[in-house]
Amino acid sequence: MKEETTNTVISIQDLYKGFGETKVLNGFNLELLEGENLVIMGKSGSGKSVMIKCLVGLMEPDSGKVEVPGREISTMKRQELDELRADIGFLFQGSALYDSMTVRENLEFPLRRHTHKFDLKNTDELVLEALNNVGLPHTIDMMPAELSGGMQRRIALARALILKPKIIFYDEPTTGLDPITAKEIILLMLDIQKKYKTSSLIITHDVDCARVISNRMILLLDGINYAEGSFEELSDSKDPKIMAFFK
Amino acid sequence: MDGNYSFRKNLSAFFIEIGELTGFAGRFFQELFSRPFEFREFLRQSYNMGNKSLLLVGVTGFILGLVFTLQSRPTLMEFGAVSWMPSMISISIVREIGPVMIALILAGRIGSGIGAELGSMKVTEQIDAMEVSGTNPFKFLVVTRILATTLMIPILVILGDFIALLGSALVENLKGNVSFTLYFNQVFNTLEFSDLFPATVKTFFFGFAIGLVGCFKGYNSKKGTAGVGKASNSAVVFTSMLLFIIDFIAVFITDIFYP
Repeated sequence: MKEETTNTVISIQDLYKGFGETKVLNGFNLELLEGENLVIMGKSGSGKSVMIKCLVGLMEPDSGKVEVPGREISTMKRQELDELRADIGFLFQGSALYDSMTVRENLEFPLRRHTHKFDLKNTDELVLEALNNVGLPHTIDMMPAELSGGMQRRIALARALILKPKIIFYDEPTTGLDPITAKEIILLMLDIQKKYKTSSLIITHDVDCARVISNRMILLLDGINYAEGSFEELSDSKDPKIMAFFK
Repeated sequence: MDGNYSFRKNLSAFFIEIGELTGFAGRFFQELFSRPFEFREFLRQSYNMGNKSLLLVGVTGFILGLVFTLQSRPTLMEFGAVSWMPSMISISIVREIGPVMIALILAGRIGSGIGAELGSMKVTEQIDAMEVSGTNPFKFLVVTRILATTLMIPILVILGDFIALLGSALVENLKGNVSFTLYFNQVFNTLEFSDLFPATVKTFFFGFAIGLVGCFKGYNSKKGTAGVGKASNSAVVFTSMLLFIIDFIAVFITDIFYP
């Protein structure tokens, strides 16, 4: 499972973010290496989702640096940020499928925004390829409301993949799913990583997910990197705060 | 003391909201003229708003004309002025009642729909998903909807006015043996540019207000699913109030130019 990787594809340095009096991130640091699956674990409300939103420019940090090689996200213009986003796939916690559009339209949506990267003549082909990747080609003309939670998550994954991104961010990919469907999603994520050689940042509090998928883990506690290491290293720790995550 | 504090707090919140709404409108005009133009989505929204409101506008307009004529008839008969019915009804409907009533009904249907749709998209992270896929959600969701309401409300109001006149003509035909041709001849002889032009211009402002407030409330909705309901509800309340203010200003200005 582990691969020798050296290139940093995304880094966060000293990230601070708060909402009013509440400080969520207090100097968080991260480096995502090429081809790795980095899992960030933390309790609910620990700022995991805030951190991932700062990474894609959905939220502005109070201070700190978020960098893709050679470029800082906060200094990018809208167009530059949009171009960068074509290389990043994002799986949202609740799937976030556009419920007024069919599955086909959901998948076509990012393609139509990045015509510089893809020829629109191949749209059908790309949509089908993405749906085949998640094993749901028959849902192409269905509406999101007609799909189960697990199917919606798979379609959302297909949408995140359709631009063939180099990096994928997963925000709680298994939350709200039954254990069997959750396992299917985890295996799908592994398949995708192998097939497209993507770097993945996975935010979760699902220990099973972390065990199967992680090359490296960061425990986010009180807004900082409390601990870092492989799953085995962290799960064997005797620190009560770390042990609490693995109970 | 508490009541005074609460009043001041609400007043300050109201003015803050007005300020935010003005900023939102400013952003709309800024994004309106910048590329890319989301023409496809604009057409889709216009079609949805127009097509899905036809029945409501038709039924409301027809009943409005029908009831208005039935209610006015006895009074006009008393004064021997029943022959003035088409003129009176047409001026009332085209100048005031038609635009205001239909805009209010559409504020309930379209304004609350926009508020609920955008609010739900916000809480389910669909707006974030758009942003991440390289789309400007403000342009795609807000600009297209405000433009669509600005253009579709006047069309629906004109249609509603015409159907209201049809309803009125039907009552006159059944109760007063006035033919449809005679009724509409009198209507067109009565109506002047000064009746039609200001009434039509104000409906563009009505449409803009319905779209703007619906989008503003939905786009800024918070606090989960409860926030969606609140966004939808307050979009209707706020828009209704705004429609009357716009109407007052429009009538005031019309009175200056066409005394």
